[in-house]
Amino acid sequence: MSTIAALGALESGLVFALVAFGVFMTFRILEFPDLTVDGSFPLGAAVSAIMIVSGVNPWLATIAAFGAGMMAGVVTAWMNTKLGILNLLASILTMIALYSINLRIMGKPNVALLGETTVLTPTESWGMPYYWATPLAFSVVVLIMFFFLLKFLNSQPGLAMRATGANARMARAQGINTDRMIILGVAVSNGLVGLAGSLFAQSQGSADITMGVGVIVIGLASVIGGEAIITPKTMLLALVACVVGSILYRFAIALALNADFIGLKAQDLNLVTAVLVAFAIVAPKLKANLSARFSSSKKQ
Amino acid sequence: MISLDNIHVTFGEGTPLETRAVRGISLDIQEGEFVTVIGSNGSGKSTLLNTLSGETLPTSGKIQVGDQDVTKWSTAERAKLIARVFQDPLAGSCENLSIEENMALAWYRGKPKGFGSALNSSNREIFKKQLSRLGLGLENRLKDKMGLLSGGQRQAISLLMSSLQPAKILLLDEHTAALDPKTAAFVIDLTCQIIEENKLTSLMVTHSMQQALEVGTRTIMLHEGKIVFDVKGDERKGLTVVDLLDLFKKNQQGEELSDDSLLLG
Repeated sequence: MSTIAALGALESGLVFALVAFGVFMTFRILEFPDLTVDGSFPLGAAVSAIMIVSGVNPWLATIAAFGAGMMAGVVTAWMNTKLGILNLLASILTMIALYSINLRIMGKPNVALLGETTVLTPTESWGMPYYWATPLAFSVVVLIMFFFLLKFLNSQPGLAMRATGANARMARAQGINTDRMIILGVAVSNGLVGLAGSLFAQSQGSADITMGVGVIVIGLASVIGGEAIITPKTMLLALVACVVGSILYRFAIALALNADFIGLKAQDLNLVTAVLVAFAIVAPKLKANLSARFSSSKKQ
Repeated sequence: MISLDNIHVTFGEGTPLETRAVRGISLDIQEGEFVTVIGSNGSGKSTLLNTLSGETLPTSGKIQVGDQDVTKWSTAERAKLIARVFQDPLAGSCENLSIEENMALAWYRGKPKGFGSALNSSNREIFKKQLSRLGLGLENRLKDKMGLLSGGQRQAISLLMSSLQPAKILLLDEHTAALDPKTAAFVIDLTCQIIEENKLTSLMVTHSMQQALEVGTRTIMLHEGKIVFDVKGDERKGLTVVDLLDLFKKNQQGEELSDDSLLLG
């Protein structure tokens, strides 16, 4: 793998670390299987792309992407808590609706950002090639979100949110408004995913209607893969696992597709993803099985 | 203190599965009273407790706590006034959170929440002090996950959690039913201590007539969603399980009580 390919993998790994944070909040903290992300990722991209093309400040456009993602999350959580629609189904409905909404926002399936001023434009003056500057800039964003989330999850409302996912009945008995916690959590989660979509579009040079396909699988792969490597005993370790999982996932994909002897091509991406996710889920069990067998044979 | 006025609870109203769980219960509980509630399966004990905690809203009737009408309040709103320990030891705490995090949840019950860190050295100190009175060595395991503890330990911590914030009312829903006899006796002792120290008004649902008479200051019995008898004070002193059965028979025009578990417990 060349340096550029490796740095490219690092770059997308960092963007998808934000998605992994979001997926971690819904799937792990709230126990809320949320597929909205497949729609809120391109939503963030579409909103910021169209704003940037119309001459709005790119920073404002990026913040707007976060806000738009949050709104998508609120819709999903509201359908679940107030209308009583099953959480998974509510998120699928929002995801489907967002496909149309994203097309409406962009007015066409693809908005190019080449030559526009984006949040990455200032990195051109850093005196280093773009393939170094972009991952560096993204790691700053990931670091900021990392500390923000860590502080939040250990705060009083953060603890209330974790209790909501772990035992909603007990949470209510402790005076926690669980509906409000679900709405807040799913909103922040999708806000992060919207932000990731916006940064992805700005670094790739375009927003595309199909860019959201499979984002949830990549997010889950990062969370589960990260947990297989780092046991998430504390919130700090759980968030570190998200970042590590996301970056390693990208490297695994890059390696698989670049290794000529395996003979895989770019079109095999989704197949490789599925195999990797399945492996990450089974890996901890395999590890436990093997070590149990190993220690019992040693005793004999 | 607590006043229930003609409470009715009907599940699945108008359907073939309609169940009238509570059929017109009126009850006044004075401040500091410790009421034990008995009744066979399906008599409406748990529904009565759920109505008080807010998990079930009554079909009709009025609930007052102090001079506040709480009939329409949600469980979360009532948590300022009411603490609760569940029958299932797993239900009262979060197994994925540590002991100190579980206690922190109870520490902030009914308080406005800020964005500060949930745990700090001062509330950790209080949790340690509370845990040490259990004599189970849990004060040295603050960071252990709740899921690592036994049912009895978890139930004891749930009780401590209910007393971390000054609630007015404590609801206990057969909270010793899932424990072995020795642990159950320990938890009952702790319950009585906590109620006395904090001068709580309490309702304890129990399956055992013996236990219902041994602790508390007042005993009510439910049958088919109604109160069949209500004894307190001198009338209650010296009552035995046999007396309770006679009382039940008298009030039910000769109907025999057929639930073995009530007699054996």
